[in-house]
Amino acid sequence: MTLAAPTQLGSPGTGRLAPLPPGRYGLLGALRSEWTKLRTVRSTLWTLGITVVLGIGLGAVAAATTAARWTTASLAEQLTFDPVRVSLTGILLAQLAVGILGVLVMTAEYGTGTIRATLAAIPHRRLVLVAKGIVFGLVALVVGEVVSFAAFFLGQSLLTAPAPHTTLGAPDVVRAVVGGGLYLTVLGLLALGLAAIIRHTAGAISAFVGILLILPLIVAALPSSIGGPIGRYLPANIGVTLVSVRSDPASFAPWVGLGVLAGYAAALLVLGGVLLRRRDA
Amino acid sequence: MIEARGLTKRYGDKLAVDGLTFDVRPGVVTGFLGPNGSGKSTTMRCIMGLDAPSAGSVHVNGRPYADLPWPLREVGALLEARAIHPGRSAWAHLWMLAQANDLPRKRVDEVLSLVGLDGVARRRVGKFSLGMGQRLGIAAALLGDPAVLLFDEPVNGLDPDGIRWVRNLLKGLAAEGRTVFVSSHLMSEMALTADHVVVIGRGRLIAEMPVAQLTGSSPRRYVRVRSPRLAELRAALEADGATVAPDSDGALAVRGLDAPRIGDLAASLGLPLHELALQQASLEEAFMALTEHDVEYHGEAVVGLPPPSPADRVELDTNGTRP
Repeated sequence: MTLAAPTQLGSPGTGRLAPLPPGRYGLLGALRSEWTKLRTVRSTLWTLGITVVLGIGLGAVAAATTAARWTTASLAEQLTFDPVRVSLTGILLAQLAVGILGVLVMTAEYGTGTIRATLAAIPHRRLVLVAKGIVFGLVALVVGEVVSFAAFFLGQSLLTAPAPHTTLGAPDVVRAVVGGGLYLTVLGLLALGLAAIIRHTAGAISAFVGILLILPLIVAALPSSIGGPIGRYLPANIGVTLVSVRSDPASFAPWVGLGVLAGYAAALLVLGGVLLRRRDA
Repeated sequence: MIEARGLTKRYGDKLAVDGLTFDVRPGVVTGFLGPNGSGKSTTMRCIMGLDAPSAGSVHVNGRPYADLPWPLREVGALLEARAIHPGRSAWAHLWMLAQANDLPRKRVDEVLSLVGLDGVARRRVGKFSLGMGQRLGIAAALLGDPAVLLFDEPVNGLDPDGIRWVRNLLKGLAAEGRTVFVSSHLMSEMALTADHVVVIGRGRLIAEMPVAQLTGSSPRRYVRVRSPRLAELRAALEADGATVAPDSDGALAVRGLDAPRIGDLAASLGLPLHELALQQASLEEAFMALTEHDVEYHGEAVVGLPPPSPADRVELDTNGTRP
């Protein structure tokens, strides 16, 4: 071990306390701290890497497959074909990786005990959650938009004739592609809110996956008179609508849907913030 | 300066800390002693604002922890070892803390070399030994050059050199005028390190006093005397008001008279003394005497197992030395 012999070490050195600077700790320091935390653990690299690979790769596979089989597809399939939606297929799997990162941003602190060091430095607990939300939200937004645009361009280039492809200039296409990145961001923040409430990695990821994957199955099993009106409120449905150019009358309009999703995320983050302040760390 | 006033913490229906009032003053090392489960860690967490008191208050530098403008520049804490993300490097852990309180980047390097971890600064903390993790926790506590320092079991996992280093560090910090509050279950270590002690049991304050007073006031303090003319000496001592009891090796344990008085008395009677020694209770003994009614979980004596007979031992020895 390359440790220096401890007996050679001195006292803290100054011998005299430095005077406290004016002001107090605040959001800027909290943001810098959260940014350092996010970029100095491997789970960030892993989850974002998976987001990129799934988000871009799956859409590319779907687009290539569609192009290869276009001539054998049924007329109904050809008429309802949505080239944007196909190229953004990967978003709907990448959402799991983004959500897991959103959960880990919070629960890794509890799992490892780092939360105590964090709160010792920043006792204002809601400030910690706000800083996490801003830093993680911005990272998710940048990665989400890069993935969404890359998946769109790659997918369209793979949709070779006779399969139709589209361009950013066509109606609603920019909305769908930008929406793909926004959807990942808002969903990631929703996961962060869940994690602030649940505080355990496994529990928070289970809740997140349950909301995304299990809830739609339950709603689908309900009689359509009940399940139909509920379905549009499901995050997964909102996501599909956002990344599609074709509209579905049973779903919310894309921006309305994103607003509903943002409402969920906000409600969970506010509840998480309240609990964070009230509970013992 | 740490001031606890009626500090009370209840978890459900369990009272972990019960109306603690004490001060921790700057310039000395204050030991925080108590049996396991007596509320030491809970008290530390309340000081740090991690747990909210159910009643009462605890202030650091005159205010609740949450109201400190630059917490890390005012209070440094080692609350538990390894409360650090194992995937992060030592440097990154300290840097993210430094950023939160606007501390300069060079301070991270300073504290890392202070605790002897500069060679492994970029290594992931998960690869650290217990002692290295403990040093990193101490580095984090020192990061903001704070006037108040809290250490919960700081020598855990350290080798003898490391323990000596921590002892000198704590004393050095106190000598610089800082407030140093350190809990430990190692009484012998506290006896060497602490100047002052706060003793709690079952969440309640049992004693708050200088270490010397705690050991000095123990009933286990006595003067041990040996003399070839023991019976005469004993009679003279008892006549002078001492309480005398037999001690080991044919000596006498004298209480109620101090050593000079006993020596003078023996000299005046011409009685030779072969031993005259003040038996100070160790801090551990004093602590045990104070807390014996306050231990939450008494160990039970193992019954039904007779000690090994001498014959068994002989046989083992014989077997062991047989070529």
